[in-house]
Amino acid sequence: VYRLHGRYHEMAPNVVPMDYTKDPDVKLPMQLIINMPELKENPFKERIVESFSEDGEGSLSFNDFVDMFSVLSEMAPRELKAIYAFKIYDFNTDNFICKADLEKTLNKLTREELTAEEITLVCEKVIEEADMDGDGKLGFADFENMISKAPDFLRYCFNCV
Amino acid sequence: KDKEEDESKEEDSCSQQNRAPRKKNYQSTDEKKAEEEGDQQRGKKVPTKEQKESENKERKTNKKGKEEENKQKQDRKNSTSSASSNSSDEESLSEEELEMLMEEVEQKKKLISTMRNKPWRMVKKLSVLREAQAFVEKFEGALGKGKGKKLYAYKMMMAKKWVKFKRDFDNFKTQCIPWEMKIKEVESHFGSSVASYFIFLRWMYGVNLVLFGLIFGLVIIPEVLMGMPYGSMPRKTVPRAEQATAMDFSVLWDFEGYIKYSALFYGYYNNQRTIGWLKYRLPMAYFMVGISVFGYSLMVVIRSMARNANESTADGDDDNFIFSWKMFTSWDYLIGNPETADNKFASITTSFKESIVDEQESNKDENIHLRRFLRVLANVLIICCLCGSGYLIYFVVKRSQTFSKMQNVGWYERNEVEIVMSLLGMFCPPLFETIAALENYHPRIGLKWQLGRIFALFLGNLYTFLLALMDDVNEKLAEEDVVKNITRWTLLGHHNSSVENGSIATPPPLDPADVPRGPCWETTVGIEFVRLTVSDILVTFITILVGDFIRACFVRFVNYCWCWDLEAGFPSYAEFDISGNVLGLVFNQGMIWMGSFYAPGLVGINVLRLLTSMYFQCWAVMSSNVPHERVFKASKSNNFYMGLLLLILFLSLLPVAYTIMSLPPSFDCGPFSGKKRMYEVIQETIELDFPLFVAKIFSYVANPGLIIPAILLMVLAIYYLNAVSEAYQRANAELKKKMQMQREEEKNKRNNKASTNPMLEDLEDLLTPSTKSESQPKQAEDKKTEPSTRSSPVGKQGKAAAPGGSPMTGGRGAAFTPPPHVFVTQPPPLGVRAPYLGQPRPRGYPPGPVPGRGRGQPFY
Repeated sequence: VYRLHGRYHEMAPNVVPMDYTKDPDVKLPMQLIINMPELKENPFKERIVESFSEDGEGSLSFNDFVDMFSVLSEMAPRELKAIYAFKIYDFNTDNFICKADLEKTLNKLTREELTAEEITLVCEKVIEEADMDGDGKLGFADFENMISKAPDFLRYCFNCV
Repeated sequence: KDKEEDESKEEDSCSQQNRAPRKKNYQSTDEKKAEEEGDQQRGKKVPTKEQKESENKERKTNKKGKEEENKQKQDRKNSTSSASSNSSDEESLSEEELEMLMEEVEQKKKLISTMRNKPWRMVKKLSVLREAQAFVEKFEGALGKGKGKKLYAYKMMMAKKWVKFKRDFDNFKTQCIPWEMKIKEVESHFGSSVASYFIFLRWMYGVNLVLFGLIFGLVIIPEVLMGMPYGSMPRKTVPRAEQATAMDFSVLWDFEGYIKYSALFYGYYNNQRTIGWLKYRLPMAYFMVGISVFGYSLMVVIRSMARNANESTADGDDDNFIFSWKMFTSWDYLIGNPETADNKFASITTSFKESIVDEQESNKDENIHLRRFLRVLANVLIICCLCGSGYLIYFVVKRSQTFSKMQNVGWYERNEVEIVMSLLGMFCPPLFETIAALENYHPRIGLKWQLGRIFALFLGNLYTFLLALMDDVNEKLAEEDVVKNITRWTLLGHHNSSVENGSIATPPPLDPADVPRGPCWETTVGIEFVRLTVSDILVTFITILVGDFIRACFVRFVNYCWCWDLEAGFPSYAEFDISGNVLGLVFNQGMIWMGSFYAPGLVGINVLRLLTSMYFQCWAVMSSNVPHERVFKASKSNNFYMGLLLLILFLSLLPVAYTIMSLPPSFDCGPFSGKKRMYEVIQETIELDFPLFVAKIFSYVANPGLIIPAILLMVLAIYYLNAVSEAYQRANAELKKKMQMQREEEKNKRNNKASTNPMLEDLEDLLTPSTKSESQPKQAEDKKTEPSTRSSPVGKQGKAAAPGGSPMTGGRGAAFTPPPHVFVTQPPPLGVRAPYLGQPRPRGYPPGPVPGRGRGQPFY
């Protein structure tokens, strides 16, 4: 935790106090956090930061910061990572991953190299494959069901630390 | 923090209440807490944190309400006195309260341990954690009854300390893992597949280190410390003829001269039964260490394979979620380098495009005959190459034997064997790749074929090498008899001559350097292996240096003044060849295993090699390699490499076992000299050192009559276990199919109601006019055969049908998947027929089945 605090501190040394016993209310804006080396190349970095921030705007207090890294570490259990993964991929935060969310995800992943029809095809396929309750979008149960069978989820996803 | 203090004060007030006759209140808050904990734990699966937070907030407000009630009802006491007053008043705690307390404490403990899994905000987690910990601490001490209390508290404290110690130790261990930071750096630049090579290298290093420790500690050190020193015995001294050149570098480089007569090789060891004041049985130790090297390696490899198999229990053929997985799990979060990220994006895009193409393509309309012909042709070519290379090696080894008899051999002739083998290893794999282009396989399968062929190449080389070596050994054995005679005559002659000189005293012993030496075939074999290993090391390093580093420098610097773009075009930067490197490592290890019995120092050389190779390759990768074009995943290949390692281990065990069992050891060198067979050392030890009954036991055990039934028993056990595992796999597949069918059915229930209708109509048309019996059986049979062929691949068809191919197939898929549903809801007689005919009926045509049923019966 000390190391994390060190990192947090060095991002904005004039703002972050070294002494946390008085529980100060300090938040770092999103721009600073996105530039951290672990997150810099990640296409979902804004979403990650947003989903961990208390106010939904993307500013992280130290507690949120620690929270984020504890989920992103290798020690976090699979269910926890699945929960946060769902939140991250849900761009419009309606607790469902709808087609628009999928399209946004795909675009971020491929940096918009796919054509529009390819995008729609892929999104349709995803919904078809994973949607269990037939509502045309992925609820958390669908997502969890699909992710729990994925062999690579733990290895590649959410292991920044 | 205020919240927390309030909560802890509430605890105190609760505990205060215990003493006052307010049991009811306490119990109710207790129960409330229990309920809360239960809910919190059950609530793990609640998807949204907002819901949870609101839930918790509710509860907290309720709790606060109660708190205020309590505060109003009595004075606040100081929290510090609670502990002491607890201990004094514990006698007033009744049995039930104790039990409830214990439950509470257990629940809190569980909460603490599962805290990590909860998707709460950090602040909340911290506060709940602190509360739970305070509660546990306070009441744990109180749980022990009476006299046992102190012991209980002590036990708890020790348990806690032990947990803390274990955690610290784990932390320490993770810090101690060598090269962890280096490997993580490589991983972030190149992805996890390249890093997996380095992890494999590190694992190998660990294994070799252990082997080296074994050999060094149990064989080399005792001989050096307690055995006869250099020069005291014939086997330990350089023969007079060679002494002039013994220190030359070229001789040393060939591992002749002083090195040949040192503890690195078999020939140095004395066959004295026990050495030193400890009575250390060196020959026995040598033999046992040789065997345990193989035993330990086998154990370690199999354990690692089992661990890998456990981790990858997720089935590979569960490709129901191809696109979903691609979308959600393809980004490698460990990438921290922009270049790698670019590559990753490109590879993800390519992978999506590929899957889309796969999806859109129906059948590959290919000429199957042409394909088969090409594949056969390619295989024939490759087999020719393999045979050719095998013969080449054999030929070269034979030539080197004739060379060794000649006097003035150039450097090339001496090292010809190694050079040829290394060259083959360098040029054949690309050749195989170009030939494999004929075969036109899917890249993953193509890679496996390629690895298999390279493996066969190296294996063939190795075995040809061994065969040539065996010829050499046999020759030397024949020579030995001759030399034995010569030695005897020389010694005799020496004695006679000294007697003639008139000395009465015992003749001075012949200077060890002058004694004619027999050809020590084990040492020769050892030397050959060491030379092979060293040349392999050199070739690898030089290849990396030239192939990667110099090439990178060339491309980088000459690019400014070259016609075409070197970086994008022909040479460009090298990619890290994972499979080639891993195979090289595996084969190197095989050679080490083979040679370590004859050259105990070989493992030490290998340890050094792995160490330098780790640093060298890390540096080379970071400085001159570029990430792969297709950043691929390292998931299942790991067991493949372990499997190769295991295979090589067995194959390298064979020659050593053969020589131990059937070749006579040299008469004048090594720890087994003078015996007829090497394994006789065991018999000797048993006879002389162990009490009598042990010898009897061993002689009974070694009876073939006992061993053969034991082998039979093991074979039967293997067969049984295999059958059991197959049954489990089948059960697994069945369950999966069922789950899948249920899924499809759920989906189709909601989505494809429309598409079942045409199917229903079709069937209705077919069945309603079939009141006449002639048309019935035919149609019914048609329907029966058709559905029966379809019902078996229902699982896979369901998947293919569902994605919206033709609506007809979709309808069929839908129509065939409800059978389980139908089984449940229909009366049995119809249910039996349902898979064939009746599925569409229950949907919306209740009058339909009735006439159908009547008609259906004559079908049986």
